[in-house]
Amino acid sequence: MTTTEGRRELTVGMGAGGLATADMVLNIGPQHPATHGVLRLRIVVDGERIVSAEPIVGYMHRGAEKLFEVRDYRQIIVLANRHDWLSAFSSELGVVLGVERMLGMEVPERAVWARTLLAELNRVLNHLMFLGSYPLELGAITPIFYAFREREELQAVMEEASGGRMHYMFNRVGGLKEDLPAGWLDRVAYAVQAVRGRLPDLEALIVGNEILEARTRGVGIVTPETIAAYGVSGPIARAAGVDMDLRRDEPYLAYGELFADSGPGRVVTRTAGDCLARLEVLLEQVHVSLDLAEACLDRLRTLPQGPVNVKLPKVLKVPEGDLYTATENPLGFNGYYLVSRGEKTPWRLKLRSASFNNVAVLAEVLPGNLIADMVAILGSMFFVVGDVDK
Amino acid sequence: MNDAVEVTLRAVGVLAAFLVLPLLVGQTEHKVMAHMQGRLGPMYAGGFHGWAQLVADGVKFVQKEDITPAAADQRVFRFAPAVALVPYLVAMAAIPLSPDVVAADLPASAVFVLAVTAVGILGTLMAGWASANKYSLLGAMRAAAQLLSYELPMVLAVASICLAAGSLSLSGIVAAWSPWWLVLQLPGAIVFLVSAVAELQRPPFDMPVADSEIVFGAYTEYTGLRFAFFLLSEYAGIVVMSLLFAVLYLGGWHGLASDQLGWLWTLLKGFCIAVVVIWLRVAWPRLREDQLQRLAWLVLVPLALAQLALTGVWVVVAA
Repeated sequence: MTTTEGRRELTVGMGAGGLATADMVLNIGPQHPATHGVLRLRIVVDGERIVSAEPIVGYMHRGAEKLFEVRDYRQIIVLANRHDWLSAFSSELGVVLGVERMLGMEVPERAVWARTLLAELNRVLNHLMFLGSYPLELGAITPIFYAFREREELQAVMEEASGGRMHYMFNRVGGLKEDLPAGWLDRVAYAVQAVRGRLPDLEALIVGNEILEARTRGVGIVTPETIAAYGVSGPIARAAGVDMDLRRDEPYLAYGELFADSGPGRVVTRTAGDCLARLEVLLEQVHVSLDLAEACLDRLRTLPQGPVNVKLPKVLKVPEGDLYTATENPLGFNGYYLVSRGEKTPWRLKLRSASFNNVAVLAEVLPGNLIADMVAILGSMFFVVGDVDK
Repeated sequence: MNDAVEVTLRAVGVLAAFLVLPLLVGQTEHKVMAHMQGRLGPMYAGGFHGWAQLVADGVKFVQKEDITPAAADQRVFRFAPAVALVPYLVAMAAIPLSPDVVAADLPASAVFVLAVTAVGILGTLMAGWASANKYSLLGAMRAAAQLLSYELPMVLAVASICLAAGSLSLSGIVAAWSPWWLVLQLPGAIVFLVSAVAELQRPPFDMPVADSEIVFGAYTEYTGLRFAFFLLSEYAGIVVMSLLFAVLYLGGWHGLASDQLGWLWTLLKGFCIAVVVIWLRVAWPRLREDQLQRLAWLVLVPLALAQLALTGVWVVVAA
C-alpha cells in the first residue's frame, strides 16, 4: 500500500497489476445496511474505488415545513421533534425559543435550567447512539450493547420526567409541560454518575483499538474550506478545527453562564478532520455534556420552588415579524426561520437541519476512497435520515 | 462385507460429527458472545438456556422458499453451496482425534486437509459470480483475493510443523509433538491462526461478507437451505481449523490418560481455539481488504518463512 496524493493504492499482493477495468454504478440504498435509514448513494466504482458519489435524498420527505404552516405553535412542537429522532428535545427547543423571543416572553429560571439539563442529557443520548452504531458499521458488534446500556440509564430518567422515550414533547412555549417529579434530581445525578463510571468500558472498546484506528485515521478528511462551503456544522466541523459552537458563541438557555470562563462548558475540537477525529469529538463531548448536566443539577437544587411555565392565552398568536432561531443540536446547527403574520399559525417556518448539510459534503469526500472507506466515512458523518429529508 | 460395514460406519460417524460439532460451536458463539455483551442469548428454544436454538434455526431455514434469481446463472448458483460445504466434510474425515478415532488415516493427511479446505473458496466464488448481483460480485472478488493470499502463509506454517515432525501425516505430527513446540513453533502458530481466521472469513477478516458494506457479499441472494449450507460451512470451517490447530500445535491427544481420553483432549483443545475465534469477533472491528493483503504479504509470509528457517536449523542441529 503506497500513498500518493492521499489515495490508497492496492498494490500489495496484486500480481498482474494494471488490469483493464470498467466502471460500475452501484446504488447504496435506499435500503442498505450501511445507511441506517433511507439515504441513497449513487456511486460509480472502478473495482472497489469510488470514482464519483452522489447522495440522493428525499425518500423520507414528509413535508414538515408545509405542515408547520397549518399547525398552531403547540402542535408544531409535536412535528418539530420528529425530524431528528435522536435529538427530539433539542429540536423542540428551537421552536419554543423562537416563539418566546418573538413574544418577548420571560421564562422562569427553573425552567431554563431544567431545559438546559434535559438538552444536555439528550445530547449524551444522541452521541451514545452514534458511539455504538459507528463501530458497528466498521464491523465491531459489541460497542452498541455497551452504548445502549448507558442510553437506557439516561432514558429512564428522561422518561420519568417527560413520559416519552424518544419524542419527549416536554417543552411548551413559556417553559416546560410540568414540574420535575419529586426526587428526580437525585435519580438523574445517580444516572449521570453511573454513565460516567461505565463510560471507560465503552471507550476501551473504541479508542486505541489498532484496527479501528487503521480504518479511520486519515480517512475521509474534511477541510475547513469544504466545511465553510457546504455549511457543515456540529461535531464534524469541530473535528476539522472549525471552532464554533452556538452554546458558547450565541448562548441561549443557561449556556452563557455554563460556557463562561469559570464554567464547566468547553468546546471540543480536533484538527485532523478525519473519521477518527470526528469519533473522538463525539466521545469527548459526552464527557463535557455530563459535566454540564451535573452543573445544571447543582443549580436546580439551589433554586427555590416555583413555576416552570407561563400561563398562556387560549389562542396563542405570535406578533407580526420574522426571526431566525438557531440552536446547537447534537448533530449541528438546527435553525427555524419563523415568519409570522400575527396569526395562530406561522406564515412560514423554514427548518434548517444539521444532517442535510452534513450529508451533502459526501459528494466531495467520497471520491477516491474504497467502498470499505465509504462505510467508515458515511458512518462518521453522524446523520439521521429524518433530519436530512425533513 | 466387513469392509463395507466399516466404511459405512466411519462415514456415518464423520457425518454425525459434521452435523453436531458446528452446531455446538454455533451455540457456543450465541451464548459466549451474548454474555460478553451483557446479554443472555437464546433462552427459550428447547427449554434449557435455548440449547435447541440452532436446531430451530435449521427447521426455519428448511421451511423458507428456495429462491434462485431470474438473472442468476442457475446451475452454478444452485451448486455453489455444496462446493462450499463438502470440502470441510472431507477434511473432517482426515483429522485424527486420537490414534484410533480417525475416519481415514492418510499418509499425507496434513497436505490433504490443506488442499481440500482450499477448494471451499471455489464455492464462494461461484456463488458471487452466479448471483448476478453487484454486491455478490464484490464479495466474491474480495473472498478470492483474501483466500488466495492467506493460503501461502498457512501452508508455510504447516510446512514448518511437518519439517519439525519429519512427517506429513497428522497422526505422525502428534506422535512427534513435544511441549517445546509451544515455544519454538509459536510464530508459526500465530500465523496459522490468523490465516485460518482469514480463510474462514471471520472477523476481523470478514470483508467478503461485510454486512455494512456489501450487504452479505457472495451470499446476498441466497435463501433457505442453501443459505443455511453456507452458514454451516462457516461453522464447519471453524471446527476443522480449530481441530487442525489443536492437532498441529497443541499436541492433539497428549494429556492425562491419553490412551483412553485422547479424543476428548483433542476436542477440548480445539474447542478452546474455537472460543478464541468467537472472541475475536466480539472484540474487534473489521480490517479493510487492502490492509488485510498488506498484513498477509508483509507480515505473515515473512514470519512464516522465518519460522520455516528456524525449524530447519533446529532440525539439522538436533539431528
